[in-house]
Amino acid sequence: MKKRSVLLSALALGSVATLAAAQTPALKKGLKITLLPKNINNPYNVIETSGGTEAGKEIGAAVKIVGPSDAGASSQVSYINTAIAQKQDALVLAANDANALLPYLARAKASGMKIVTMDSDTAVSGRTLFINQANSEGIGRAQVQLLGKLINYKGDIAVLSATPNATNQNTWIKWMQEELKLPKYKDMKLVKIAYGNDDDQKSFTEMQGLIQAYPNLKGVISPTTVGISAGARYLSTSPQKGKVMLTGLGTPNQMRAFVKDGTVTAFQLWNPSDVGYLATYAAAALVSGQITGKEGEKFKAGKLGEYTIGKNGEIIVGPPYTFDKANIDKFNF
Amino acid sequence: MKALRNLPGWETTLVVLVVVALLGGGVLSKDFLTGQNLSFLTANFSEILLMALTMTLLVIVAEIDLSVASILGLCSAVLGVLFAAGVPMPLAILAAFVVGGLAGLLNGLLVTRLGLPSLAVTIGTLALYRGLAYVLLGDRAIADFPQAYTNFGFGTVPGTLIPIPIALGTVLAVVTAVVLHATPFGRSLYAIGANEVAARFSGLRVERTKLLLFVMSGLMSALAGIVYTFRFASARGDNATGFELGVIAAVLLGGVSIFGGRGSVVGAVLAVFLIGLINGALTIVDVSNEILTIVTGLLLIGSVLVPNLVARVQAARQRRRLRGNTVSP
Repeated sequence: MKKRSVLLSALALGSVATLAAAQTPALKKGLKITLLPKNINNPYNVIETSGGTEAGKEIGAAVKIVGPSDAGASSQVSYINTAIAQKQDALVLAANDANALLPYLARAKASGMKIVTMDSDTAVSGRTLFINQANSEGIGRAQVQLLGKLINYKGDIAVLSATPNATNQNTWIKWMQEELKLPKYKDMKLVKIAYGNDDDQKSFTEMQGLIQAYPNLKGVISPTTVGISAGARYLSTSPQKGKVMLTGLGTPNQMRAFVKDGTVTAFQLWNPSDVGYLATYAAAALVSGQITGKEGEKFKAGKLGEYTIGKNGEIIVGPPYTFDKANIDKFNF
Repeated sequence: MKALRNLPGWETTLVVLVVVALLGGGVLSKDFLTGQNLSFLTANFSEILLMALTMTLLVIVAEIDLSVASILGLCSAVLGVLFAAGVPMPLAILAAFVVGGLAGLLNGLLVTRLGLPSLAVTIGTLALYRGLAYVLLGDRAIADFPQAYTNFGFGTVPGTLIPIPIALGTVLAVVTAVVLHATPFGRSLYAIGANEVAARFSGLRVERTKLLLFVMSGLMSALAGIVYTFRFASARGDNATGFELGVIAAVLLGGVSIFGGRGSVVGAVLAVFLIGLINGALTIVDVSNEILTIVTGLLLIGSVLVPNLVARVQAARQRRRLRGNTVSP
């Protein structure tokens, strides 16, 4: 009797599981997806859309990359119109202007096309999903985690920021301070937040000042591309090279020389290719009816794994990507 | 058919080329010859069409206005800034026209009063007016215009697929054609363009006419700026950057002689459509933007070269006919 009920419930569970599986339709084959980056000759955009091409190959979708050669406000409009005329299933775009495209995106939506933005969003009404590289909390925490690893969780640290009133920088710094409250950072002390005003010379001097003022300084986080490269330039000729760890947000092209000469061990930004890859999977999931764009819905994005749709249709690719000697040559932007 | 036969040679050729572009596009992509696509792609050259009309008149009197796209941008910025400051839309539109008219007036005064070449003057004001647009707006964009106005830029004539700005452009093209081809004022433009000295001696008010044309060009650019702003629901300093080249390419490809004295509104309008259709056809088969730019460049060169060659061939043919080698049936 007992055995039978166990068997029965197992069967019931099984059928529920198959039912659940049946409720998530598979990705449709042969989807037509247009990728429309800000402009097509920018190396960053080339890497970003290459991720879309890769995803397209995996799911058997026809992915085409079109776009203007300038990033003007309205240059993208004719490509949106063309995608409508070509009856594409989905449009994935990085918007050059949050508002100029809205009437055209509305028309595209009305024609049945699914709209996903990546990198650079339109107003929420313009699209169903927005693929964001990373969120402020993720960036702030990841920077501290990386530096902690580099200095073995010991010593004074400083931040070399942009301007005192830069909203994004300040939010990141706030999350860095939150992360530093965790017990594993008890031996790390944030001694100073310096401001280089996103000016190369000023950032250079500020870096110099930090190193001279704090003899126990072990690490500096510069969450700005101007600051990190100016800081690295100072450090590369200073006796502290290799002793003070510098990390932050920079681009591979800007930091390549400093990584190769050992001034900088690792720094972060996002991997643009992942952005395009995820955006294409998200578009395909929308068209295939796996998701509708509501908060909390989940879908699978190939090698990147499962994602959940956040507030206002936003999806975060993940924590920032760490560039170091081993991978930096794979990137050109 | 008869109307077609009455057209001068180059216009007829353009009609044929437009048909070829339409059919060619249809062969290249099944999505090309749909009402929707043609509606999209004609809307795309609304501003070029408008500005090409007054440019035709200017080039016929052997002048040029390279600042049209910058005036467009400036007027768009004026419209946006005033609207954002709470000025009622009709007044903001009026102000855009006033600014466009003044910009044209400055061009005209520099050309007619100081005797400077319009090419040099309007290269200067091209930078000046664009600069002013950036001063007004920086890299800001003003959006959120009332829907009644954006519908004017974005919508189609009720019951059809014809974009409203294209309908407007067509009406203005007819007006311009009538003025140019059927009024004494219009005829005087050809006289001025063909031989300014002779025109002056015959009592034509050359300076006043040119000044008027520059002001008209400014006003038309303002109209194009208003259309552009509403079409994209966005006022920005960089609106329509580089459009002056499209306008000039169309006017020259339309058979208007860069040396003045020759050309027609019909030719210019046909050329606007031809370039637009070629661009649209190449876009829909996903030809890359670089190739599009090259094609536009080649069209620009061809637009000067081909009408000249055609004129020479026609002249040669006429000479032969005059020599009596051919007997009419």
